[in-house]
Amino acid sequence: MTLLRRILIALALALVGFAPPVRAADSWDDIVHAAQGKKVYWNAWAGDASVNAYIAWAADEVRRRFGIELIHVKLGDTAEAVSRVLAETAAGRKSGGSVDLIWINGENFAALKQRGLLYGPFVDKLPNYRLVDVETKLTNTLDATVPTEGYEVPWGTAQFVMMADEARVAMPPDSIKGLLAYAQSHPGRLTYPQPPDFLGTTFLKQALLELNPDAAAIVQQPLEEDRFAATTAPLWAYLDALHPHLWRSGKSFPQSGPAARQLLADGETDIAFSFNPAEASAAIAQGLLPKTVRTVAFAGGSIGNSHFLAIPANASEPGAAMVVANFLISPEAQAKKQDPSVWGDFSVLALDRLESADRQLFASLPLGAATLPPDRLGRAFPEPHPSWTVRLEQEWQRHYAR
Amino acid sequence: MATALRPLSRISRGWRPRVLEHLATLLLWLVFATPVAIGVLGTVLPAFGILPELGGSSLSLQPWRQLFNVPGLPEAVLLSLTTGLGTTAISFLIVIAFSAHWHGTRWFGRLRRLLSPLLSVPHVAIAIGFAFLIAPSGWIYRVLAALGLAAGLPPDLSTVQDRHGLALILGLILKEVPFLLLMMLVALGQVRVGESLTIARALGHSRSAAWQAIVLPQLYPQLRLPIYAVLAYSASVVDVALILGPTTPPSLAVLVWRGFHDPDLNQIFWASAGACLQLLIALFAILLWRLGELVASASGRRRIVAGWPGRPSRIAASAAFAGAALVVAAAMAGLAATLLWSFTKSWTIGSAMPEALTLATWMQQLPVALKALTATAVIGISSAMAALLLTIALLEEERRESLKARQRHYWLLYAPLLLPQIGFLFGIETLLVRSDLDGTWSGLVWTHFLFVLPYVYLSLSEPWRALDPRYERTARCLGRGPLAVLVTLKLPLLVRPILVALALGFAVSVGQYLPTLFAGAGRFQTLTTEAVALAAGGDRRVVGVYTALQMFLPALGFALALGLTRRRFQRSEAGV
Amino acid sequence: MSSGLVLDAATLGLPGRPPLFRELSLRTGPGEIVTLIGRSGSGKSSLLAYLTGTLDPIFIASGQIRVDGRDVSQLPPERRRIGILFQDDLLFPHLTVGENLAYALPASVSGRRQRRERIAAALAEGQLTGFEDRDPSTLSGGQRARVAVLRALLAEPKALLLDEPFARLDQALRSQFRTFVFEHARAQALPMLMVSHDPADAVAAEGPVVELAPFADAAAASSTAAPRSFNR
Repeated sequence: MTLLRRILIALALALVGFAPPVRAADSWDDIVHAAQGKKVYWNAWAGDASVNAYIAWAADEVRRRFGIELIHVKLGDTAEAVSRVLAETAAGRKSGGSVDLIWINGENFAALKQRGLLYGPFVDKLPNYRLVDVETKLTNTLDATVPTEGYEVPWGTAQFVMMADEARVAMPPDSIKGLLAYAQSHPGRLTYPQPPDFLGTTFLKQALLELNPDAAAIVQQPLEEDRFAATTAPLWAYLDALHPHLWRSGKSFPQSGPAARQLLADGETDIAFSFNPAEASAAIAQGLLPKTVRTVAFAGGSIGNSHFLAIPANASEPGAAMVVANFLISPEAQAKKQDPSVWGDFSVLALDRLESADRQLFASLPLGAATLPPDRLGRAFPEPHPSWTVRLEQEWQRHYAR
Repeated sequence: MATALRPLSRISRGWRPRVLEHLATLLLWLVFATPVAIGVLGTVLPAFGILPELGGSSLSLQPWRQLFNVPGLPEAVLLSLTTGLGTTAISFLIVIAFSAHWHGTRWFGRLRRLLSPLLSVPHVAIAIGFAFLIAPSGWIYRVLAALGLAAGLPPDLSTVQDRHGLALILGLILKEVPFLLLMMLVALGQVRVGESLTIARALGHSRSAAWQAIVLPQLYPQLRLPIYAVLAYSASVVDVALILGPTTPPSLAVLVWRGFHDPDLNQIFWASAGACLQLLIALFAILLWRLGELVASASGRRRIVAGWPGRPSRIAASAAFAGAALVVAAAMAGLAATLLWSFTKSWTIGSAMPEALTLATWMQQLPVALKALTATAVIGISSAMAALLLTIALLEEERRESLKARQRHYWLLYAPLLLPQIGFLFGIETLLVRSDLDGTWSGLVWTHFLFVLPYVYLSLSEPWRALDPRYERTARCLGRGPLAVLVTLKLPLLVRPILVALALGFAVSVGQYLPTLFAGAGRFQTLTTEAVALAAGGDRRVVGVYTALQMFLPALGFALALGLTRRRFQRSEAGV
Repeated sequence: MSSGLVLDAATLGLPGRPPLFRELSLRTGPGEIVTLIGRSGSGKSSLLAYLTGTLDPIFIASGQIRVDGRDVSQLPPERRRIGILFQDDLLFPHLTVGENLAYALPASVSGRRQRRERIAAALAEGQLTGFEDRDPSTLSGGQRARVAVLRALLAEPKALLLDEPFARLDQALRSQFRTFVFEHARAQALPMLMVSHDPADAVAAEGPVVELAPFADAAAASSTAAPRSFNR
């Protein structure tokens, strides 16, 4: 299309008004029908091959069932999509944006919600939403202390755990202090992903909560700068003691969870971190980790959260995006996701609300040699307020990224 | 009794107005030089606070203050400088030493032929392969372990992503040595080396001494611009730095790139300042190199006057050969490793080869990779074709105009190669967003075109000008107009250089990383962007597939270019 | 006389420098051959380029060129109807012999059969019957030189320039080829301007000999020294 035609069309659209957003009066069937033949650009972190493979499967299903072309826009960091939505809105593109669906949580969600850049509230329109467990799993409606208020639909739940190679580690540590002891006796065999990678940041949060029990209540509130130094002092002291014994003496860090997992597979480290208790099984099944790797939970509990799907306010195809989201929280999609040979990410559905056939889908999932069942994972701590997360990352950069 | 010369009156061009005679140069300004300048401006202005879309409307030094507060900035700047100068100096040294000691021998030809294919492999593929080769748990270690020379677990050595950027420098050298060698051979074709060398040797100097004293000074002026391009590139590369470079802190270009993509849009201001800083660093590196040139030429002159004392050293010759051979070996080994990984089922630490091979990864990934493959191919062919058309128009125009036109074109085309990509890509992105072209095929192809054009022009200009001008004169005097002569005579005779230039442009496009990210608005994945995203992803088998495709695609282009024209080339070679 | 090739007060030079040679005026009648001699660097080849209209734009030149009374000074090369032969045959390597000749044949000769007959006739003139489909690289030097001449003549030029066309040929071939060229050109009543170093060429041309005197030297000579003889 020539530039001139584009300009004319843009002008015409501006005068006539773009396609109106989905009105509350539209029934779900209308939305599904209108979504036929549409393209949905799903911006999702692509750093893990299993995740990418699952998303590719979802794209096939969505094309088969609804005629929607789901395009996985691969991100190195969810922040890229956030910045794109911000940039487009700032440039005046209030509709027809290039992002339709985002895999999101935490500070990225907060950033968009605060600025009113999210479409919705839409979760109540999704027929499958009634199957989601919002009673026992508080994180499904509270995203790092920020209420979702229907602007994002939970997609999976996670809890911070460790993966250790039992062939090399006889007695894996199960606490933050235990990790320090391990590093001191086995120098160069432990590391964590570099913040602001979400896994690395979570390690910082976990350490903070374990080292300073008082911090738990404080970090649920928005950040108060004058309390920051005192609250986090034990954390920095711990890291100062830990880093010299880390892999590469703490002068270099793997850039992501999968990169750290690769180090575990290559035998350069003995322990890696994960948000997915089934990741070890999934990785073993795909030949990415040695068979002797096991999941290890933190004895005192660890940070747990949910991750979500949200739709930007300026999305080109919010209706089709909702259809995709609804499929992704359907029992079939959630069961497939929880299968450790595919991805292993835990579902957000309340099993007692499912039909017996769907419940069977979950019951028949293999647990995987390395997975810990949910009851063995320890208590789930809630995520801190996003402002604390951002501040922790900044402070880490100041201390260690020079 | 001379009368004053009257100037040659313009030969009538019929109906065509004056401006059309310079159409090619006009186009060059319009679609190439001006946008690049706008791109630089679009990056410099936000550095001083001007970016209307984000509310920045007044000049301010705040971005610079923020920049200097970024943790790790001094180390990042130093890293940029050392990487740029280190890569260029070592690559240059290897190329010169190798040529000085071995030029004209059979081994020179053999190593050169091994180095040439490396030119078409994208930087990213070579970096990924090299990273696997030298990692503590990499191939070298695995071979040593299999041979029993290394036991236990991999050592805690910082061989990849080390603090000082050595791995980064080495990885860059693997690509820059073939590039500089090619540029040197092109320059050699224009300087009468054979006779000068013979004379110098007849005067009693060794081959290497003669080469350094006589050939190099004549070659150097034509090597200058490629060397500056290598300097600017290696000081500011992002994709290779992500794979091989340090992480705490990363190089300046990586810091800046992250700043551009931060969700907090206000970071764009200091990121722009950082991009300006990167431009200044590249300039500074070039100035330092220039200083080095002056010192080297002064000391060289003194040596010549002193009769060039010193005997040729066998050690130096062997070291030079070893340097070049190592480059070839390391690059090829790395690429072989990634290819091997793509067929691996499992490969444990202790064995030199994978224990089990499988086609499963290929079967799994090909449908997924097909999209990226198609996008890469389409963008590559389109941008290369566009570059080719403009190049032919420019070359034809040069024929009609004088030498000044040729020089003008050369500088206009080469200047962007001296600019770090990150120094003006943000401005290009802003230009695209304002024209509503970001995230479109045309916007992306055009952005790639900006980087492909100089190489296509450089590749085609020499063969074009080397064509005996009397062919064209004869054809014109036989009654054929300029367009007819172009189509029926020049294009057929130059088919091979044209296809090679096209293949080169295609290869350059395949290897681009930042342009796709900035101009594509995330809608386009190419083989290179995928490979970088997957490189740290923990599954080397998948990365292997993408790297293999990255290698395969440009190689296919060259194979087609050379293969399709072989018969004709043999024919016209005999006739010319 | 209005026919033939006329050069009126031509001179060439680089800007900011004195001209290469003194103003040159000459006239060549139909079938006549003017031989142009001069030292290396005196501008002979440039003069020929000026005549064909393919002079490097860096030069400045003045003067008038008339072919059969028509002023061609402002015309592009393909409209001047001035043919040129170089030292090298310059047969287009990607075309067969026949295609090379067809390239020269004016489009006004239409119809495939007519064109083929003209080409065959030309080849017969050069004792090269049946060579239409040959690759030029398979011909001997002498054969290629003849094809080059036939090609130039097929274009039906109104004048022919020769830039040392016999220099590459060995002695035995030279006079034979020279005769060939002169005969055929005279048969078409073409005025010819030939640049040559070989006195034998000048003798065989049986025409005026013009010396291109460098500008600096000419200061010592008189203005009439430029053309040694001038045919009316």
